[in-house]
Amino acid sequence: MTTTIERPHAAPKPPWHRRAIERARRRGIDVRTLPTGAAGIILAVMLVYGEVAYGQVLQASTLSNLLINNAHFVILAVGLSFVILAGGIDLSVGAVIAVSSVAGVMLVGAGWPTPLAIAAMIGIGTAFGTASGVLVQHFGVQPFIATLAMMFLARGLASMLSTTPQRLPDDSSFRLLGEPWKLIDGPRVNDLMASAGLVVAVVVVVVAAIVLQRTRFGRTVYAIGGSESSAALMGLRVPRTKLAIYVISGTLAGVAAVVYTARLGTAQNITGMGWELTAIAAVVIGGTLLTGGYGYVVGSVIGALVLGLMTVLITRDGGVPPEMTTIITGGILFVFVMLQRAVVRRRR
Amino acid sequence: MEPRPPIVEMRGITIEFPGVKALDGVDLRLLPGEVHTLMGENGAGKSTLIKALTGVYRFQEGELIVAGEPVRLDGTASAQAAGISTVYQEVNLCENLSIGENVMLGQEPRTRLGIDWRRLHARASEALEALGLGDLDTRQSLSTLSLAVQQLVAISRAIVANAKVLILDEPTSSLDANEVARLFAVMRDLRDRGVAILFVSHFLEQVYEISDRLTVLRNGRHQGEFAIDEIDRSALISLMIGKDADTLDAIAQKREAAPREVDAEPLLRARGIARRGAIVPTDLELHAGEVLGFAGLLGSGRTELARLLYGADRLDAGTIELHGRPVALTSPAAALRHRIVFSSENRRDEGIIRDLTVRENVVLAVQAKRGWLRRIATSQQRTLVDDCIARFDVRPAQPERRIGTLSGGNQQKVLLGRWLATDPEIVILDEPTRGIDVGAKADIQAAVLELASRGVAVIFISSELDEVVRLSDRIVVLKDHAVIATLENGPDVTSETIVARIADADTQEEAA
Repeated sequence: MTTTIERPHAAPKPPWHRRAIERARRRGIDVRTLPTGAAGIILAVMLVYGEVAYGQVLQASTLSNLLINNAHFVILAVGLSFVILAGGIDLSVGAVIAVSSVAGVMLVGAGWPTPLAIAAMIGIGTAFGTASGVLVQHFGVQPFIATLAMMFLARGLASMLSTTPQRLPDDSSFRLLGEPWKLIDGPRVNDLMASAGLVVAVVVVVVAAIVLQRTRFGRTVYAIGGSESSAALMGLRVPRTKLAIYVISGTLAGVAAVVYTARLGTAQNITGMGWELTAIAAVVIGGTLLTGGYGYVVGSVIGALVLGLMTVLITRDGGVPPEMTTIITGGILFVFVMLQRAVVRRRR
Repeated sequence: MEPRPPIVEMRGITIEFPGVKALDGVDLRLLPGEVHTLMGENGAGKSTLIKALTGVYRFQEGELIVAGEPVRLDGTASAQAAGISTVYQEVNLCENLSIGENVMLGQEPRTRLGIDWRRLHARASEALEALGLGDLDTRQSLSTLSLAVQQLVAISRAIVANAKVLILDEPTSSLDANEVARLFAVMRDLRDRGVAILFVSHFLEQVYEISDRLTVLRNGRHQGEFAIDEIDRSALISLMIGKDADTLDAIAQKREAAPREVDAEPLLRARGIARRGAIVPTDLELHAGEVLGFAGLLGSGRTELARLLYGADRLDAGTIELHGRPVALTSPAAALRHRIVFSSENRRDEGIIRDLTVRENVVLAVQAKRGWLRRIATSQQRTLVDDCIARFDVRPAQPERRIGTLSGGNQQKVLLGRWLATDPEIVILDEPTRGIDVGAKADIQAAVLELASRGVAVIFISSELDEVVRLSDRIVVLKDHAVIATLENGPDVTSETIVARIADADTQEEAA
């Protein structure tokens, strides 16, 4: 029996990003919060840059307009966060907004009282979400395909209802939801404002954060995103949770439709084209991993505001063609995805 | 220990899958306060029985009695509710969550305001303390822990659930000696607290060290229940592998009867090949007509080394020469052009294509080698398939049958046939006998020797050291991503000496 013993070799040095993450961990920072923290920093940097370069950004009126104008978008992003945290995707939300808002405006036009119309709009969202969830959970359809089907269905229904812009009657109480309220009457129209839509968005964000952080349902969402098979083997209620996240996403799309329609006063079948993708971008920029398991609702809020603020800054600049918006969105998205890969890579 | 009524009793459990009877009237009794080992070769039905006990599979016949009550389980959750917790071979936890949350998932302490995180971490700490892991920071991410500690975390879930029955499915397969000792201490402690533990392991020594009682399965049938001091090792082994032990002996004799001349010039020579995180710089020689065994534990680098040799992963350093000429094996397709073929350990996902027929699966590799535009004539296809079916005794002998309906062993035979049809010089087999029955195992081992006798160089990778020793001319022993020894096979090489060498490397490391 002959034997050759090999010499042991030194382990190679890990790449820079892994060492940076190690350093963060040693300082007691939870690395899972890094991407969301980075998104917060980006938002702050954008605000400061905007103030320095264009002025009148860090003031009550600009900030309250930013929040009011993006309230629907924040709600949409929160709904998608549930789905994406569990490792799924919902492509139908933009089209659901279209069918929900067209239907809502037409119902108000037909004389329905506002509360009933609102309930119907949210119900439409819930119905589409439930349909997606049942397809995914009980028929084993891939989330991408199931919600793509719902997207086409919803968009088609919106076009069946009407292909022309529908207006809310000028005296409809529905419009009150979108009316800005002056909270502080500042000098030179620098007012601090809010709207019912903004209040709804805040409530949605707070409730979602509590559900995700402090309920078994919320933790099951994270566990499914981490490993669906592990979650099932640990005896968690995987099927009902997976159904519920699509119901939540659809319902919140309905709520977003209410808030958006109230602010604009009109609805059209082409409303919300591509919003599902912008909302996904907001969620990802906010630090949620597209494969699920990592991320926070507050990140999605930040992501939505980053994208909203970007549009504001581009408008202020005037020199940047509006077409650049999508390019910059893409750029930001790219940077964040790379950052997330750096965080996740260490586990593989 | 005074006799106590069993906490779990399974009687006459029968589970049938299309075409296979996975379990046929199997009994199992678990007593509180004992470690009960489930023994059997791969494919004997151990995991099927466990899945029946945890509610993953429904059984067609038989009954399950837990604490004196007949129960019907319809999933992991209901098994847990009945007090049965399971820790699987591949740890089933969520790496994205904290340690404490992994311990408590599904059993989080709650107040009116939702989950009470402070109490959650306190209770998780308590449960971990019982396993000697009190110093863990439960707020850290689970991914910071080694696999061995993750396994203990998984066990702590059972403590939180106050489980009466704990199933440990091959928990030691990827642990080193110290970690196994730690696990065993935990198991003894739980046993003394009255938990019934069902233990599955392939390591005989461990089984004799920890078990109070064992149940033996073979080919889905119950072979008997024994107290550990009632049955010695050789009786146990022959019970596990049955008559086929004779067949396997015959193979070993055949190998020893036909020692091969090894020509001086190796067919393949690797110099200093390495890949970061997979294998440190390694030299390797492979001769025509030899069977080179890779021995080592899971994660030792045996699969990683093989992947470098057939181009699945790129080399970070080093060179590979074939017939004395350097070659660049940049992809499996390039390796195939150099007549190197590989059969994956992951038969289901990386080997067979379930929805194609046996014929189509066999022809696939030949067709790939010829290029997709030059179709192989039907008659030639038939010859290839008939040859494969006849040579390996594929059952049922139906070329147009969907391969997904064949048993694991027969699928593996078809895979071997596929690669042989390409007329290879080097065949790399990664765990070709995993999860197949003993009869098919013997066929495949015979086929490996047959290949070598035709001048093909075979690299044979298996977790079952006995199998490696039985077939190989030389054995490369791997540990922790490095080759620690290359052994010339002979009468003095046994699975025990290899295990000893792997263990030795440990003590050397500690001494250094």
